[in-house]
Amino acid sequence: MSAPARERAAVRGRVVRTAHVSFRVAERAVVVCLALLAVVVGVGLVTLTTGDFELTVPEVVKALLGQGDGASDFIVLTLRLPRLVTGLLVGAALAVSGAILQSLSGNPLASPDIIGFVQGSATGAILVIVLADGSMVQIGAGAVVGGVATSAVVYVLAFKQGVQGFRLILIGIGVSFVMLSLNKYLITRASLSDAIAAQAWQVGGLNGRGWEHAQVVGAAAAVLLPLALYFGRRLALMEMGDSTAKGLGVDSERTRLALIAISVGLAAVATAAAGPVSFLALAAPQLARRLTGSSGAGLVPAALMGALLLTAGDLAVQRLFSPAQLPVGIATGALGGLYLIWLLAHEWRRGVAR
Amino acid sequence: MTRLRAEDLTLAYDQRTVAEGLGVVIPDGSFTVIVGPNACGKSTLLKALARMLKPRAGAVYLDGEAISSYKSKEVARRLGLLPQTSIAPGGITVGELVARGRYPHQRLLKQWSAQDEAVVTDAMRLTNVLELSDRMLDELSGGQRQRVWLAMVLAQETTILLLDEPTTFLDIAHQVEVLDLCADLHEEGGHTLVAVLHDLNQACRYATHLIAMKPGQGIVAQGDPSEIVTAELVEDVFGLPCRVVPDPETGTPLVVPLKRQRVPAAESLTAL
Ligand SMILES: Nc1ncnc2c1ncn2[C@@H]1O[C@H](COP(=O)(O)OP(=O)(O)O)[C@@H](O)[C@H]1O
Ligand SMILES: [Mg+2]
Repeated sequence: MSAPARERAAVRGRVVRTAHVSFRVAERAVVVCLALLAVVVGVGLVTLTTGDFELTVPEVVKALLGQGDGASDFIVLTLRLPRLVTGLLVGAALAVSGAILQSLSGNPLASPDIIGFVQGSATGAILVIVLADGSMVQIGAGAVVGGVATSAVVYVLAFKQGVQGFRLILIGIGVSFVMLSLNKYLITRASLSDAIAAQAWQVGGLNGRGWEHAQVVGAAAAVLLPLALYFGRRLALMEMGDSTAKGLGVDSERTRLALIAISVGLAAVATAAAGPVSFLALAAPQLARRLTGSSGAGLVPAALMGALLLTAGDLAVQRLFSPAQLPVGIATGALGGLYLIWLLAHEWRRGVAR
Repeated sequence: MTRLRAEDLTLAYDQRTVAEGLGVVIPDGSFTVIVGPNACGKSTLLKALARMLKPRAGAVYLDGEAISSYKSKEVARRLGLLPQTSIAPGGITVGELVARGRYPHQRLLKQWSAQDEAVVTDAMRLTNVLELSDRMLDELSGGQRQRVWLAMVLAQETTILLLDEPTTFLDIAHQVEVLDLCADLHEEGGHTLVAVLHDLNQACRYATHLIAMKPGQGIVAQGDPSEIVTAELVEDVFGLPCRVVPDPETGTPLVVPLKRQRVPAAESLTAL
């Protein structure tokens, strides 16, 4: 059945079709993604060129290609690039983690920093600092273990019988407060130097992040982000409820478990690398969704938005507030929060808020 | 051979057994309607037939093989289900929603073939929602929305369709519209339909095969509505004293509650 005489397409969108491949994408989503990508590249270039030591774009490009002089090589490749790359990856990972949870639960409040995953990671990290005086790598491992263990508890309590958004949020907030209290208690019982180290870790941020951080997040993202995209279509179907998704041939229980595992993994690794970064996982997917105006989880625009928010926030705290080294979480909270409030207020006034 | 049947099903949620020893045969090409009071297990039976609920005992057979032996997508290519409640995703257009019905036919790299597009267009034309394709789903009326969900299931291109209360929340004119559409699908499209309906008279009018269920007893009667629907059956299943007369329009059984039966009449209200 070929469509007769090119009538108006039944479903809007740009269609790409060859013998073996066919896709339909919403045009606005593509435009938004390209725009976000352009801004991310712009922020990246500003990050690499400005600072205590100004570089030109050609100098940075040369350094990136391994042909710069000693000083610019060091500044770009050792100081600025790993921090930038870590920021990009952490931002994308947190945003995708939040987008998955929000989509699964149908509730924008479901994000790893609200429902206890991040606080659990902090507990793991603090335990390693206080009990074992661990190295950076061990602290990161502690954060991953803490995040995974906490999310397993939340999962068993909240998710077993299917998608119950509100229940997940309430149980998650409860667990999150328990972990927060535990974290505070651990710090009060620690020696002064441990307490300072734990406090510094808890503040989070990208200060002093090097290639070792970028590599760990990069490896996790290289596995988990493609997996998330692979499951993304099923995720969109699961938004319609378990029965409808199953009716369309989605094995909802297994898909939910896989998606939660991916979400937890992304949040835990991101937190291990950058400490607790507040608000990003909640705000980035919501902002992306409103910009693209499309349905579905929208993991790609969410990832780009997350990367943008974190790197732009980090740039702001580095340049606007230097020499004070503010943690980037403060900037993401302020930037993302203000923008989200503005958007919601704007939508409510137009009466289209959902 | 019938394509869809169940043998000796025991259906249960955790501790709670809903029905035992159910034997169901869905005649090929029939418009089968399941009736029964609230909570007697109609949706549960439909879920088991669509492999959404694993029976505690017994088995459902689809095209001669146990339905549990199929892959999820394979079941979805043979049998479509419209659940009693679906959640409308925020910000979705009618066209996008209907297009989701193509999921079981799509592959990772083939997500929108010409065939997908043609089938989706046909499904929307058939259900009369093609003009709405760019509208937001949450802007539509209940009747329009129900037709959109139906279009999504039709886009699945299955010959067997299971519909759980497709007419609930619709006014009488829209109920008839949806049922007429189902009858068209059955008569002209050659679909096998299994629907849960609340209105006994509508069930008798549209069904070629009727299944009556009763709480705790499972299936108490199945067959041609003209043969099985009697005043005794309705009284037994719904506790409603009534007369059964021929429908002046179609000649199918018409259930008329007896007058001045206050207590049973009140019961029937809660049962319906
Ligand atoms: N997900 C569930 N978990 C536990 N019990 C359920 C569930 N769904 C339905 N039930 C129970 O099973 C019985 C049959 O329900 P259902 O099949 O939905 O009835 P019907 O569709 O005939 O109104 C009811 O008593 C109902 O409370
Ligand atoms: Mg029901």
